[in-house]
Amino acid sequence: MPLTTHDWSRRDALRIALAGGVSFLLPAIEGRAVEKRGADRPTSLITLWMGGGPSQLETWDPHPESKNSEKIRAIDTTAPGMQISHLLPQMAEQMKHLSIIRSLTSKEGDHERGSYFVQTSYRPDPTVRHPSLGSILVSELPNPKVEIPNHVALCDGDGFTVPRGGYLGDQYDSFRIFDPGQNLQNMRQSLDAPRQDRRLANLAVVSNAFRAGREARVEGTLHQQTIERALTMMKSDQLKAFEIKDETKETLARYGDTRFGRGCLVARRLVETGVRSIQVTLSGFDTHANNYEGHLTQTKIMDPAFASLVKDLADRDLLASTIVLCIGEFGRTPRINPLGGRDHWPHGFSAVIGGGGLAAGRVIGASAADNQTDEKPIKPTTPIEVPDLYATILDRLGVEFSKELITPIGRPLKVCEGTPVEQLLS
Amino acid sequence: MRWKPVLPAILVVAGLAVVTSMAVTSPVQNLNPPKMGEAVAADLSPVAQKVDQLLVAQLSAAGVTPAGKADDLTVLRRLSLALLGTIPSLEEIRRFEADMRPDRLTIWTNVMLADTRFNVYIAERLARAYVGVEGGDLILFRRDRFTDWLANQLRKNVPYDQSVRAMLADQGVWTDKAAINFVNAGYANEKYDPNKLAGRTVRAFLGQRIDCAQCHDHPYDHWKQKEFEGLAACFGQLDATLVGVVDEPTLKFEIVVPTEVGEEPKTRIVEPKVPFSTEWYPTAGTPRDRLAEWVTHPGNKRFERAIANRVWGLMFGKPFLSERPVDDLPDPENMEFQARTEVLDLLGADFRAHGCDLRRLIQVIASTDAYRRSSLHPASGPHEHELWGVFPLSRLRPEQMIGAMLQSNSVKTIDQNSHLFSRAFRYFKEQDYLKEFGDPGEAELEQRTATITQTLLNMNGEFAREMSQTGVFATPGTLRQFSPTPDALLDNVFLTCLTRRPTDAERSYFREQLPEYSKETDETVLEDLFWTLYNSPEFSWNH
Repeated sequence: MPLTTHDWSRRDALRIALAGGVSFLLPAIEGRAVEKRGADRPTSLITLWMGGGPSQLETWDPHPESKNSEKIRAIDTTAPGMQISHLLPQMAEQMKHLSIIRSLTSKEGDHERGSYFVQTSYRPDPTVRHPSLGSILVSELPNPKVEIPNHVALCDGDGFTVPRGGYLGDQYDSFRIFDPGQNLQNMRQSLDAPRQDRRLANLAVVSNAFRAGREARVEGTLHQQTIERALTMMKSDQLKAFEIKDETKETLARYGDTRFGRGCLVARRLVETGVRSIQVTLSGFDTHANNYEGHLTQTKIMDPAFASLVKDLADRDLLASTIVLCIGEFGRTPRINPLGGRDHWPHGFSAVIGGGGLAAGRVIGASAADNQTDEKPIKPTTPIEVPDLYATILDRLGVEFSKELITPIGRPLKVCEGTPVEQLLS
Repeated sequence: MRWKPVLPAILVVAGLAVVTSMAVTSPVQNLNPPKMGEAVAADLSPVAQKVDQLLVAQLSAAGVTPAGKADDLTVLRRLSLALLGTIPSLEEIRRFEADMRPDRLTIWTNVMLADTRFNVYIAERLARAYVGVEGGDLILFRRDRFTDWLANQLRKNVPYDQSVRAMLADQGVWTDKAAINFVNAGYANEKYDPNKLAGRTVRAFLGQRIDCAQCHDHPYDHWKQKEFEGLAACFGQLDATLVGVVDEPTLKFEIVVPTEVGEEPKTRIVEPKVPFSTEWYPTAGTPRDRLAEWVTHPGNKRFERAIANRVWGLMFGKPFLSERPVDDLPDPENMEFQARTEVLDLLGADFRAHGCDLRRLIQVIASTDAYRRSSLHPASGPHEHELWGVFPLSRLRPEQMIGAMLQSNSVKTIDQNSHLFSRAFRYFKEQDYLKEFGDPGEAELEQRTATITQTLLNMNGEFAREMSQTGVFATPGTLRQFSPTPDALLDNVFLTCLTRRPTDAERSYFREQLPEYSKETDETVLEDLFWTLYNSPEFSWNH
């Protein structure tokens, strides 16, 4: 059963949103999302984006038997029969909540194209920009009670790692916070009230001069509505979700004193506020040289943050309504190159997914560790396509994944061309 | 090293010298009209007039009264945004206003076309159609070399068809012969993608979309899958070697044939072929040479229509057929659009007749009544827009926005003659701002609305704050220094930001904030005024 079934309210809300982003006209928010239980609670998606393409062998798919993987040990996890790399000891404790897919495949071995594919489930197409998964969620499941951005991208990273609204429109682009917990990315007003009032009064005078004689077309720019939304946001109590100053030292230490750690903590707070889609990015997995050392550094950042996030969501009864997905644009070659690195490998890579009522503790697919090259890859067993993964997520969150949307030039396109992965649903 | 300890001191002295030289320079000089690029082609007006006659006839048939004439300063702002990517400086506005010649807008268009900023800016805009905005292959693709090359072609006024042929057919090393980056932008996943290159060639140079014919026949246009394959095969011999990009005659373009499950995959070889007018396709040369001849052939109407539609789009903010993507023109034989595309054919024929001169095309468009129409119009039905009865509103692109904000922070024109410091300042600010503002990418002539990120950036961002501060070297401070009265100050601030003087209502409203005006007037009033103008719809919407 999908988590959200109130089609009528969704449509109504969509209509309101379409009428010009006027969510600020709606009644004030009734309590935080975290205070709700069961079907009342908004559903969310947190994507942990592993930029650069993490090695499956050093993370979720260890092959200690391989001659190319000598430094990695496989350790047991809290999910029976599931083993992961010894570089992720804290995650091993949390795997009972999550499943691993070890057989994702893609045809895109370039960072930019690969990221586009994994973020949208469509290969790059010069005549249309596909929306990211998060943009589809916020457009299909509007949440008028959220006054702050409903689609958020936390942490730095290349421009192409930022989820975009594509043909749905720029208003569905993710709102980017470069340094979560450290600044509010222009969301706080910097001036005292009298000066802010003077500025807004000034603006009304100058805007009216421009509107006169072209009223309808100036309306169409959404300029004024967007300013009003921004002002609502600047005054909203929900902005606190972006702050971490009231978190204890112990909590901050658990997530790790890193940008990604703070990002995961802010992601949890955003989920508590009802924000629909959050991506937290950790770049630096592109280990063409010194792969093991690179992954040692990266997993030290990723392991505590990811594990604390899952633990906190579970402890607070938020995991049932929140899907957590950890994925990158591709994996890395099973063989080690002369520089001790691993190169790009889209032919069989791993992702971790859980929460939102999805099956936990499963391992789907298996990859071969040796005797394959880019020209002759060995196909993993039970291959899972990225569109299938997305159909699973959309289905769980209550979006009709096979429905067609009409692009601005009138071309019908399916939200997603996959079918849900049965092993994750039942 | 002995000089190390004195280095900071030298830097301080040098810095002071720089700052002093900036400070002592009079902000507004040279009120003489411009000298460069003044020669105006005498035969511009017949074509422009024909374009206007066609549009006016269609407007009156649709029962639409076109908008009145925009004032000259508004048109100057449009031209500056379209051709230089920024708004006119106060210095330029003063010179323009001192220029009493009746055809001053035409003359100033020429001046802009002779400005180095034109080459650089238009090269970047066109490059989006030719190579996109992606980083591409790390080793085989150099976007910066490509845009430099394109800017240089514009500077030398190389005929457009010649530049297109270079992009399609050049061989060699991509860092040396930078046009090659057109094909190298189609290199991904360690091989050339002839399908991508075929699709892009038709979109960029012929203004049509045949990409979907890669997998199936086009659903509503006539394009067939076989035609697409033949075009793609023209790129099938591309090979990146140690001596650069070559066409390797032994290479064949193979297509995988769909097979039943379990069967061995089969391929078939496709020969280079063009979809129509094969008589323009020469028999000699590499497949790419021949394709280049065919694409740019004087009989190929699509070629000139495509560039006329795109240049119109760069000038107006919307392509001529404004309801369709800029690269999705109907077939020339399509009778349904015949009346509307007549203007494109007219512009295209003039473009061909004058040696595929892009500057000429821009001059013709800029001198039409349509371009000089006001954006004020009581009605707002589709006809006013489709038939260009009113100048459209379009959102400034990120670099236009930042160009406009930086320019409004300097009384003098920021251009290639600017001090290195100003240019470096602009460069770094631009990078930071773009990162937050977001780049629309290739889909640049699609209509966009304001986003919350961009709005917050201009309302509360660091950059907007810096630009409105009243330091000695920043405009807000400078303007106060040389505006003797509150009215003069308001005039100067409005001209600097919005290229117009305040309306009576605005003037009386803002006068109240400057009751006892002097050089010591409350700085916050001025800062807030600048903030207001930066955040007004008029600033961020071309009109």
